[in-house]
Amino acid sequence: MLLIHCPHCREDREEEEYSYSGEAHIVRPLEPEALSDEDWGDYLFFRKNPRGIHHEMWYHAVGCRRYFYATRNTLSYEILETYKVGEQPQVRAQGAVQ
Amino acid sequence: MSQINRLNSKGRIDCDSPINFTYNGRQMQGVAGDTLASALLANGVNLVGRSFKYSRPRGIVGHGAEEPNAIMQIGSGAATVPNLKATQVELYEGLESASVNGWPSVNFDLMSITGWFGRMMPPGFYYKTFMYPAKLWMTYEHFIRKAAGLGSAPVQDDPDHYDKLNQHCDLLVVGAGPAGLVAAREAARAGARVIIADEQNEFGGSLLASTNSIDGQPATSWVDELVAELNGFSNVQTLPRSTVFGYYDHNFLGILQRRTDHLGISAASGSRQRLHRVRAKRVILATGAFERPLVFAHNDIPGVMQASSVSTYINRYAVAPGQRMVLFTTNDNAYQTAIDWHRTGRALVAVVDSRPAPNGQIVQEVKDLGILVIAGSAVIEAQGGKRVKRALIAPLNADGTEITGAVQKLVCDLIACSGGWSPAIHLSSHTGAKPVWDQAIIGFKPGKSVQQERSVGACGGTYSLADCIAEGASAGAEAAKLVGCGDGAVHFPMPQVEEYSEQPPQALFLVPHTKATSRAPSQFVDMQLDVSASGIELAVREGFKSVEHIKRYTAMGFGTDQGKLGNINGMAILANALGQSIEQTGTTIFRPSYSPTTFGAIAGADVAGLFDPERYTAVHRWHQQQGAEFEDVGQWKRPWYFPQSGESMQDAVNRECLAVRNSVGILDASTLGKIDIQGPDAAEFITRIYTNSYLKLAPGKCRYGVMLKEDGMIFDDGVCACLGDNHYLMFTTTGGAAGVLAWLELWQQTEWPDLRVYFTSVTDHWTTATITGPNARKVLAQVCDDIDLDQDAFQFMDWRDGTVAGVQARVFRISFTGELSYEINVPAQYGRYLWEALIAAGEEFDITPYGTETMHVLRAEKGFIIVGQDTDGSMTPADMNMDWVVGKNKSFSFIGKRSLQRSDSVRADRKQLVGLKTLDGTQVLPEGAQVVFDPQQAIPMSMQGHVTSSYYSANMGHSIALAVVKGGHSRLGQTVHCPLADGRTIAAEIVSSVFYDPKGERQNVQ
Ligand SMILES: [Zn+2]
Repeated sequence: MLLIHCPHCREDREEEEYSYSGEAHIVRPLEPEALSDEDWGDYLFFRKNPRGIHHEMWYHAVGCRRYFYATRNTLSYEILETYKVGEQPQVRAQGAVQ
Repeated sequence: MSQINRLNSKGRIDCDSPINFTYNGRQMQGVAGDTLASALLANGVNLVGRSFKYSRPRGIVGHGAEEPNAIMQIGSGAATVPNLKATQVELYEGLESASVNGWPSVNFDLMSITGWFGRMMPPGFYYKTFMYPAKLWMTYEHFIRKAAGLGSAPVQDDPDHYDKLNQHCDLLVVGAGPAGLVAAREAARAGARVIIADEQNEFGGSLLASTNSIDGQPATSWVDELVAELNGFSNVQTLPRSTVFGYYDHNFLGILQRRTDHLGISAASGSRQRLHRVRAKRVILATGAFERPLVFAHNDIPGVMQASSVSTYINRYAVAPGQRMVLFTTNDNAYQTAIDWHRTGRALVAVVDSRPAPNGQIVQEVKDLGILVIAGSAVIEAQGGKRVKRALIAPLNADGTEITGAVQKLVCDLIACSGGWSPAIHLSSHTGAKPVWDQAIIGFKPGKSVQQERSVGACGGTYSLADCIAEGASAGAEAAKLVGCGDGAVHFPMPQVEEYSEQPPQALFLVPHTKATSRAPSQFVDMQLDVSASGIELAVREGFKSVEHIKRYTAMGFGTDQGKLGNINGMAILANALGQSIEQTGTTIFRPSYSPTTFGAIAGADVAGLFDPERYTAVHRWHQQQGAEFEDVGQWKRPWYFPQSGESMQDAVNRECLAVRNSVGILDASTLGKIDIQGPDAAEFITRIYTNSYLKLAPGKCRYGVMLKEDGMIFDDGVCACLGDNHYLMFTTTGGAAGVLAWLELWQQTEWPDLRVYFTSVTDHWTTATITGPNARKVLAQVCDDIDLDQDAFQFMDWRDGTVAGVQARVFRISFTGELSYEINVPAQYGRYLWEALIAAGEEFDITPYGTETMHVLRAEKGFIIVGQDTDGSMTPADMNMDWVVGKNKSFSFIGKRSLQRSDSVRADRKQLVGLKTLDGTQVLPEGAQVVFDPQQAIPMSMQGHVTSSYYSANMGHSIALAVVKGGHSRLGQTVHCPLADGRTIAAEIVSSVFYDPKGERQNVQ
């Protein structure tokens, strides 16, 4: 069971207080109607699922009810950082594009 | 039978406190301090089971968690526990035990006579079996389960209580042997908060059976002093009888504490077992090592035991498990067993050492005792039936791979074996650390730590007692410093330990036989699952190369002992068959649980009424008093129907349905989710979320909306009311409330933080009483005089503030029945008062309380969908014939809009909502029934849709159903068929999904 630091509550809390909300930093297209089915499909369905460093979204469901981001190693489950929506990760996978 | 094998020596038992117990119905006696295994051995019982596949007699092999054979059913009745290892069951007065494997009995075994079963189960049996039709597997499985002797679970409710404790500590020390004890002491002295847990009934680990002296006194005295010292620290929690069974992410560990198991089968009071859920800043693993067995022909005959176990039975339990012993070893360490055995005065036939010229200190001491040491030889086969009668020994070449001389017979009834030691790396493996092979200790050691832990002592490959103590002390001091306590230095003086200097052991994983492995009598690697060396070689011949595949193919290590004994032998035999090193072959990964853990402890108190919270509305007790039957909707208890005396459910629902359409009914709708939404951008936000627009919704008005996920599929629906400027109240489905709130927060927080809008769940704040039916207005008028109820003044989809029965209320004129309806909301603390006031006001109209079943029937008569029943996450508004709810001209591309144009969303053959009218109106289709166009076609039929809702409608006088059918909207009037599991086929006509009052006139009754 993970121990997750909520950047809003500023506390380490048990995983059971949170729910996982998928990959972070996916921006909704500003003009969905301008996109082809394929491009819209990419936004809708395609996720990175990396082996290693992953930026993902968590929801402090029974805490402060805030969403935030976490950088987690999907191999070791180590959480390297958590940060607020609007902020950028400090830790990135090698070779990742800024 | 008396305790023929009990010695006069002391050990850790109390010979003056006899304990009576039964084994397979026989009365026996042990003493306080015994385990079931030591008591059985004292009574001369060694045969304790029959093996899984070949039904061979099996005896006690070990003395702890590694025991593969002595699997017992303890107790009887509701509290009976299957599959306990006799080596871990502490004896108590009246204990009932029975061997679980051995059918029909341990001594007379049907299957060993027929013998067919083993032949039928070569390696890969399961996989080969799965290739047959699944039906056959069911037959096999039934037989295997019975034959495999997996014990029998109690059929009654567990009479015991279990609990859980969440704990935090600076340091968790796993294992209270010499390394763990000193580690805990150093860390405690430095001020760290320490938990130390050990699975045995008392602390001390290997020292409990040791003849070493420490600081000039017996090792057990040193242990006693240390334990007393630890108990004196207020910052130390000592947990004996507590197994750390799993090491999970972020230093989270599970400990199963057996609180009363040693007192009896069921706890007299309090909890029987406790699950400690520990979050530790640091962990020290001091879990020791398991002695490795020697794999020779028929090494499974009762009387073949681990050398260290023989020593343990002698030294700790004062039991000699035989009369004439042969000791077979590859190392110096096991010579201690020869010395221990010698002290019992029983015959020691010989020490057989595989090494060509052992001449270590202890070897010399054994020789000085006059014990015969046969060097450069091995026991290549055990002979005997239910007990060892002879050991066949033969000389070996220097690397132990070939027999170089004549076979000799030694008469004996006990063969004590030691193939060296394997560190207990299980918990380290749980963390994901990859075990590494160390040729120096001929074993796998814990890999590089990936969590905040360190392995010390034997589990880290350190076997000298003095070194274990030194390592434990420095690890304890280090761990304390890492959590901010102390200076990291060891403060207690190191004790003086007398021990022998040892010569190197030999690696001997498979003892050769005069015949090739494939032809030799079985050489067992995993006794619990009957995996032999030849089975592993066969698996390799069949093409398997990966250790993980071999494990699954042969089932090696899959038993309740997780292959603690023979695992390394298996890896080595595999490596040899593959012609590669053990290092290249690698080892399988151990996973939780380290040893079997009861469901009771994992469930804890979260059972029965405490399994899940129950939510009640403010009117709940009134419903109970009226005799309502309840239905679970999420965590809510909702009235399902209100049966009157003698009524069946269908009778009650028919009566309730007719009452609503003909006069007036009342429904407790309090459970509907309610989200209060405020902020200057509230309307904009809601409009982005729903399919329709709320920008022009005026205060006092409501609108029905549907929410889509971004993929265009319906996710929730409900009414949203404008309460005032920048203030809205959103109703959600009962089950969807939490999900909708998270959904709103998600979009506001992550995508549109610039929109100023705030959400609060107010579901529990309000009681909602819905009065519905042609007389609803008349009822409301009796208890409300400050709202103009006139049809034109208070229109459909309006809401009003007012006073109902003297209580401030919000009244919504919205309808889920198609009848004139008012949903009256008052603060929840007035809920029951309001409800009873409405019941009184409706008396002259025979107001009828109704439940969710009637609500479902009435809405289905109107073709109103229930999200999650008529939709399943793959339905668009168009599929539900609800295009009217999708705003085509909204400037913002609302959530899901773009997906409605995806090619998949506009397919003509999507499943679409229709009504179904059975040709025989008395037949009610089962919900979930599949729809086909041609009932004559061959099975599997081409399924064209399914029934989503189906009821008998008293108002219509016939059954009604909603279904989703491919291209259904263009199939009105066609006949479809629903083939049922019982062989019947029901024919139905596709009709409009609106069965009742299609023009919607009834809610405008004057
Ligand atoms: Zn938080």
